[in-house]
Amino acid sequence: MDLEEQGTIKRVAEGSGRDRMIVLLGTPNKSSTAMIALTLTQGDPSYAGPLAGVPLGLPIYHILELEVREAIPSDVYAREVGPLEDVLDVEGISAALKSVRAGR
Amino acid sequence: MIDLRDKLVLALGERDGIPGPALEACAESAGAKVIYTTTQCFA
Repeated sequence: MDLEEQGTIKRVAEGSGRDRMIVLLGTPNKSSTAMIALTLTQGDPSYAGPLAGVPLGLPIYHILELEVREAIPSDVYAREVGPLEDVLDVEGISAALKSVRAGR
Repeated sequence: MIDLRDKLVLALGERDGIPGPALEACAESAGAKVIYTTTQCFA
């Protein structure tokens, strides 16, 4: 996540309605998922961007997680996500998010 | 299953994964309001 993006997300997250905010990811693999999830929950691990030392603490989900997929009408999910579900590493992505949520 | 109704969603897509507009369409169809959408590109 680049520094400009970090700044934008920080400003948005500091807006009203924070208690209703969640982050929905569409990252393609385990490592990119873990990196963004870490940045948004614990702060920028490189200590270079606006989120350095700023744990936003927003709930983070990935569109491929089962609990998210179940919340979305199946026709919409099939149209928007469709075959990518079979191509991307769903297990790895889910495991990465579970690990970040557990603070590991 | 998470409840997306009335949630304020930051949709962070990626070009090599699921793009932001697709996340936005999914979230809105489940009753959420998307307040920020992006599609990152690391290539």
